[in-house]
Amino acid sequence: MFGYEFYVDPSRCIGCQSCVNACAECETHRGTPMIHVDFLDRANTIATVPFVCMHCDDPTCAKVCPADAIKKTEDGIVQSSLKPRCIACSNCVLACPFGIPKMMTELEQMMKCDMCYDRTSEGKRPMCATVCPSQALAYVPREQLERMRREKPTNVFLFGKQRVTTRVFMMLPPELDALAVDVVDYMWEDSHEIASTR
Amino acid sequence: MKLLRRAEPDPLWKDEFSIHTADERYVSRRQFTKFLVLTSLGMFVGNLWILARLAFSKTPVYGEKGICRLGDVPVGGIWLFRYPTERDPCILVRLDENTYVAYSQKCTHLSCAVFYSPEKNRLECPCHEGYFSVRNGDVLQGPPPRPLPRVLLERRGDQIVAVSFEARKES
Repeated sequence: MFGYEFYVDPSRCIGCQSCVNACAECETHRGTPMIHVDFLDRANTIATVPFVCMHCDDPTCAKVCPADAIKKTEDGIVQSSLKPRCIACSNCVLACPFGIPKMMTELEQMMKCDMCYDRTSEGKRPMCATVCPSQALAYVPREQLERMRREKPTNVFLFGKQRVTTRVFMMLPPELDALAVDVVDYMWEDSHEIASTR
Repeated sequence: MKLLRRAEPDPLWKDEFSIHTADERYVSRRQFTKFLVLTSLGMFVGNLWILARLAFSKTPVYGEKGICRLGDVPVGGIWLFRYPTERDPCILVRLDENTYVAYSQKCTHLSCAVFYSPEKNRLECPCHEGYFSVRNGDVLQGPPPRPLPRVLLERRGDQIVAVSFEARKES
């Protein structure tokens, strides 16, 4: 669908897991959801955040793949690994700044969200966006989104020195231009913190 | 892939193993199978065409052409002429008083001009030492794959006339 973009708004996520179950119903990966719904800080809050593949303009997962198995199609979708090529080395799983790729050990293949390529390439909305009750996952035209939301969509993410631009947008507070993610913050380096979160 | 690459920060493998499907140059199994099928189909049709040409081909007519008078060539001597066109050099050899033979001068190997060697009594190609029998043009030695085409001669009064090429059966 021309003009339709994917918008993720963590502040609207209610953690209902609808997207997870809708994703798992897909015939191409039956029973295995490709979307992540993560708790932000489970000890202190029930806030959750859904993560679909952000479909980076310069995808790190594809760049680190030693087998040339991850490809980006002309419409800007980073596809799951090609089964004949994937050697299940997990390089992409470790390299993706968003933590999207999943290693299917029983298949010996990496699989990830491909924005429901079978649906979106035909002009249908991705499954997760169709079921999300709070529209934390929205696949809408830009004008419609601007009419209905006050948050600002951005597709620029800063991971230390790495600047990642993506196809999928994240809704940010209006005063922010880009989302800087301090990865080290989430690594639980402090042993005291580890103890407290257990 | 560009042949002459400018000095770029990106290494060559990034170009050869591009992450974009649009830049892929690999051949899928289906493409390869299609190529195989179409190529063998083309070969088959080509063979049919060659067979059809062979079946409908006529034996070429060369026409007659006067070469020389009887007394022009001494015994053991040669006479060069062109037959059937000006671009086809031929050689006539008088073996004895009444025996004349003539062959195309183009060696059947790589078209060098053959000459007559009276000492060895054979036609010799100097390029790769291919030797032909002067009696019937058969290959005696060397790389030529076929005998020399023999020119059929006739005597008209005191004139020697080239009539045709000898039809040879392909072995």
